[in-house]
Amino acid sequence: MSTDSTISRRALFMKIGILFNGLVATALAVPIVRFLLASITRGRANGYLSWVSLGSISQFPEGETRLATFQNPYITPTDGKTADTACWVRHVEGQQFQIFAINCAHLGCPVRWFPQSGLFMCPCHGGAYYQDGSRASGPPERGLFEYPHTIRDGLVLIQAGELPTPGSPTASLFGKKPPCA
Amino acid sequence: MRLIAQIGEWFDRRLQLAAPIREIAEHPVPKNTASWWYVFGSAALVVFLLQLVTGIMLAFVYVPSASEAWNSLQSLNHDITLGWFIRALHGWGSNFMVAIVLIHMVQVLLFGAYKFPRELTWVVGVFLLLMTMGMAFTGQVLRFDQDAYWGLGIGASIASRVPVLGSAIVKLMLGGPIIAGATLSRFFALHVFVIPGMLIAFVGVHLLMVLKLGINEWPMPGRLVKKATYENEYRELTHKDGAPFVPYAVWKDIFFAAFILLAVAACAIFFGPFGPTGQPDPTILQTAPRPDYFFLWIYAVLSFLPPSMETPALIIGPVIVIGALLLLPFLSGEGEKSWRRRPIAVLTILLVAVTLATFTHLAGYTPWSPHMNAWSSDPIPPRFLQHRTALQRQGALVFQAKQCHNCHALGKEGGQRGPALDSVAVQLTQDQLIRQVIQGGGNMPAYGKNLSPAETTALVAFLQTLHPAGQAPARDASRAIALGKIGEN
Repeated sequence: MSTDSTISRRALFMKIGILFNGLVATALAVPIVRFLLASITRGRANGYLSWVSLGSISQFPEGETRLATFQNPYITPTDGKTADTACWVRHVEGQQFQIFAINCAHLGCPVRWFPQSGLFMCPCHGGAYYQDGSRASGPPERGLFEYPHTIRDGLVLIQAGELPTPGSPTASLFGKKPPCA
Repeated sequence: MRLIAQIGEWFDRRLQLAAPIREIAEHPVPKNTASWWYVFGSAALVVFLLQLVTGIMLAFVYVPSASEAWNSLQSLNHDITLGWFIRALHGWGSNFMVAIVLIHMVQVLLFGAYKFPRELTWVVGVFLLLMTMGMAFTGQVLRFDQDAYWGLGIGASIASRVPVLGSAIVKLMLGGPIIAGATLSRFFALHVFVIPGMLIAFVGVHLLMVLKLGINEWPMPGRLVKKATYENEYRELTHKDGAPFVPYAVWKDIFFAAFILLAVAACAIFFGPFGPTGQPDPTILQTAPRPDYFFLWIYAVLSFLPPSMETPALIIGPVIVIGALLLLPFLSGEGEKSWRRRPIAVLTILLVAVTLATFTHLAGYTPWSPHMNAWSSDPIPPRFLQHRTALQRQGALVFQAKQCHNCHALGKEGGQRGPALDSVAVQLTQDQLIRQVIQGGGNMPAYGKNLSPAETTALVAFLQTLHPAGQAPARDASRAIALGKIGEN
């Protein structure tokens, strides 16, 4: 041990004390940060998406676009009405469907379907879409978000559970360019 | 009286606060700062205190749960004695606070008060402005109605555009995959604990610096700020031509604070509380969400950005604006303080003010949005239908039934999304009208798939009648040649 070390016993204890606090703080930070990020990591582990039924195929007449509602697959006890979600179901023909999110691809406002002019119109910034969901006019950069769907046992099922937003990785799942019908 | 003095002495012996408080109150300020221009900072503080008091009172009743929040606001508005008044005070207090903070900022900018040595006071002030806006936004969310719900959707859509992290930020912001119970809970925590806590701390630092560095002197044209000499000059000024803050200057702050509180109360009584509007039920689509007053200009800007500019403007725009505000005192920390010799500062403020006012005004009547009910509720004025053929009137029917009226006005009735069509026949020939209707373009959807040939013919026949009396409709001069009819006209 070198003799020119002048560190006193008290100063050493203070340093150890600070180190000890740093260790405890780090140990506590792990669960705190994990708690704070739970809404992100939970989605990554199990995925928020599940298949949800919109009802029987007979509820959606061929050639028409109807509003359907479903309860979000991931809910908490205090959600109330906000657990419900709406979507637009377009029965093209036979087994062919297109199911659009109501959220405008611009900034998420609820688009309304106008069968008379065959357009979806957004009340916020004037975005408009054709009946097949492709962009017609206004600020949106792309067509409406489409839910992946399937028909099973006469039921229309969609893969849902996340708010469709322009930047979410699932946005590509929702169809970048809806096929022209 | 002696008893009170004795009790006071007893406390001060233990607290030892009287001397520092007296020192703060009587610190010398330059005499010409005792001006009505210098009252906005203290007014912002007073309104902030009002917000704290009314906010705590609202928290006695408000239930931060997505299933109950709306009902608890109804109960505040209608059941609880004067609940409406406390809500109105808090809502109007919020508007006043944003307005006063902005006015305070403009005054500081015009008076060059952000220059050396008050750079950090300005930087903290910029954060205080951001926190005030944060309080306004989170407060709007707590008024958990349709506007709040869809406003969160807009916030999530903007946040999702951040590269790479967008989706994670959205889930962090919403507390889950959708706007629901967890979202309201965390916005409650932000509005009631996190941001106010930071506000109190930052206000404390802001005030401390005002006291330590002294209030900015009245700017004189030609008296330049130099880092080497300013502090001595300021000290001399306050000693030679100074006066104690209390009571020399404070009485104006006191009067203005009372006036502002009275104005908030008057607005609360006359105009009442804000909302809540419809229930936050995502399956009710008959809604046109709008943000609160101080965010209307953003709402308007978002409808004018071209699609390719949208993401860069939303992500980079705020960084540039906030960065410029934070850097300002470091880029122009010395030199002239007086607005009389700082034309760029004055013009920048005017430009920003006019721009914000214009966008806010536009957001008041949203000319970019189709009028969703115009096709069924706004009739075509009779003068456009008189003396018309059967085909032309059939075209007018198509015009209504296909909802052209939602975007195009006739006789000032209908939407303003597209151009008014009162004299469209003067601008477009028959062929051009047909092309425009069928193919769309210029931000108009194509109606080719949605109109039968007969409907298109009728619609165009009607559109061709839309020209002022005495002004001939546009015609294609080459048409006669192309059809081999030259000389027949």
